[in-house]
Amino acid sequence: MSEQALPMPLKGPRSHRLIVLAVSFFTVCMLFMTWNTSASWEFILHFRGKKLLTLVAVGAAIGIATLLFQTACQNRILTPGIMGFDAMYLLLQSSFMFLLGSFGFASMDPIFKWSIQTTAMTFSMLLLFKIVFRGSTASIHLLMLTGVVLGLGLTSLNGLLLRIMDPTQMAVIQDAFFASFSATTTELLWLAFIGLFICMGVLFRIHHKLDVLLLGEWHTNNLGVDYKSLVNMLLVLVTVLVAVSTATVGPVTFLGLIVVHLTYRLAGSFRHKITIPFAALMGATILIVGEWALQHVFAFQTRLSVVIEFMGGLLFLLLIFRQGRKCST
Amino acid sequence: MIVFAVLVASSLAIGALNISDPAFDSQLLLQTRLPRTMAAILSGAVLAIAGVIMQSMARNRFVEPGTTGAIEWAILGMLCWILFAPQTPIWIQLIVAVLFSLIGTFIYFVLLRSVPSSSPLMAPLIGIIYAGIIGALVSLIAIHFDLLEFVWLWVQGDFSMIMQGRYELLFFTAILAFLAYRWADYLTAMNLSSSIAQNIGMNTQVIFALAILAVATIAGTTAVMVGILPFVGLVVPNIVRLFLGDNLRKTLPWIAVLGAIFVLFCDVMARLMVPPFEMPVGLVMGAIGCPIFLWILYRQVKRV
Repeated sequence: MSEQALPMPLKGPRSHRLIVLAVSFFTVCMLFMTWNTSASWEFILHFRGKKLLTLVAVGAAIGIATLLFQTACQNRILTPGIMGFDAMYLLLQSSFMFLLGSFGFASMDPIFKWSIQTTAMTFSMLLLFKIVFRGSTASIHLLMLTGVVLGLGLTSLNGLLLRIMDPTQMAVIQDAFFASFSATTTELLWLAFIGLFICMGVLFRIHHKLDVLLLGEWHTNNLGVDYKSLVNMLLVLVTVLVAVSTATVGPVTFLGLIVVHLTYRLAGSFRHKITIPFAALMGATILIVGEWALQHVFAFQTRLSVVIEFMGGLLFLLLIFRQGRKCST
Repeated sequence: MIVFAVLVASSLAIGALNISDPAFDSQLLLQTRLPRTMAAILSGAVLAIAGVIMQSMARNRFVEPGTTGAIEWAILGMLCWILFAPQTPIWIQLIVAVLFSLIGTFIYFVLLRSVPSSSPLMAPLIGIIYAGIIGALVSLIAIHFDLLEFVWLWVQGDFSMIMQGRYELLFFTAILAFLAYRWADYLTAMNLSSSIAQNIGMNTQVIFALAILAVATIAGTTAVMVGILPFVGLVVPNIVRLFLGDNLRKTLPWIAVLGAIFVLFCDVMARLMVPPFEMPVGLVMGAIGCPIFLWILYRQVKRV
């Protein structure tokens, strides 16, 4: 089930590649901020700065979340998005709106609202996980299919709820289906970074245990690490990170898959000390480059999330095919 | 049988009663109501049959036009039609949609053949992702040409636009469904295995091609007429199979009737939820169909 490919042969010290990525990340940030500026600096700092921060927060959150999720499941194809995590989050959000009425929802303190949603989400996800992962006999294909179908169903339900609340508006559902990187509020952004930093702090303390987790349940328990509680904790972290990114921009199902596979390829290490920051930087860099390229190079009127969906879907198919081939030989 | 007849009649009555209640302008109302009910019945029956044909061809219980990209390709075809020849009549749009979904279904089968893994869950998994990729491509093109609103109208299955003179092409697919019934034995044999089918003297390639053509026509037509109606082709044949087995000669009428009931029921639900307004029936079907599908899936897996 698990596909633990050996990391690429190392050249030089391990942190070498990480530094290269960090440097390119900052270059990309600078490029994004300064390219083709025609307005006043104040405006640009405000406008592009906010967008840049959004991209960084979302990219990092999705990168880390997917990496942790794959470590927890010991599988390199599953991602929180594919398992229906973000659809679940959106559904929860609209059910809250439904129960409280949109006025009550809007007047609530955003931080309070966010934390309630994330808590509810964490519990429902853990429940779902217990149900789905119940038997160890469950095949990986069954899991994936369940997740994908569940995602479809939850999205339909979400659209239905939104339409019931506001039956005259067609566009409501549309916004729920596509992620948008330019329309977020400053409070949410703050919240996103706070959530992100808390998760990073926790991860920094337990990163060596995660390396052990990669060896499998049996070895993990033998080495004195409580497997079950660690996996549960990881799932909580994943939920928080998914909440961060989905609350900020909306669903981006396949971004995590792209980021994590580039990380496995390029990080040159399987240690979480390296791969976690690598995935975070990688996610942010991909989003920034993508957004920049769409805006300036192609001058293409489209949404970045749709492009990511397209590319990520292709990658997912490719991975399934490769895995199938490996199993049969 | 009686139960099914009663169900059809009652869901017909509820569908008719709901809107004609306040205003007794029956003459005019029947001209939109009757077509609407007919469209729901036809598309439900026909999609369920398309699902079962697809399942026989792929020899897999979890595929249907919606999970194999056929419908997404049809919508891609409609998009191309509106980009390149929007003035031509609707039947040209229909032909383009059918052609595209034919290509899409063909590509799906090529993909499926090249997967070495024999897990029966691979077929729907690949299909859904494949459909998602085509869907993303459609959105990309639509956003670029500022047509997203149009596509959105098509994508959400909705019977509220159906009026007299707008749905009659659906009857054409009903002919295909009858043909499928005539050749039900062939489909049953294909479901067993292609070597068995060949052994009893069938030209499997021709049957396969005809079946794919039928599926593509059904998928394309319903996509043009009503939009995406998810899960009918998946849920209905599987439920019928649970009770009546695999002999399509026997089960095909049941599948058609149950498919019609399912869509009709969802359409009535969609009208009843927020009375003056209507919900897109596709969303209702997605929300209802998903748990049923998961239930069938887990039941199946447990037995294996």
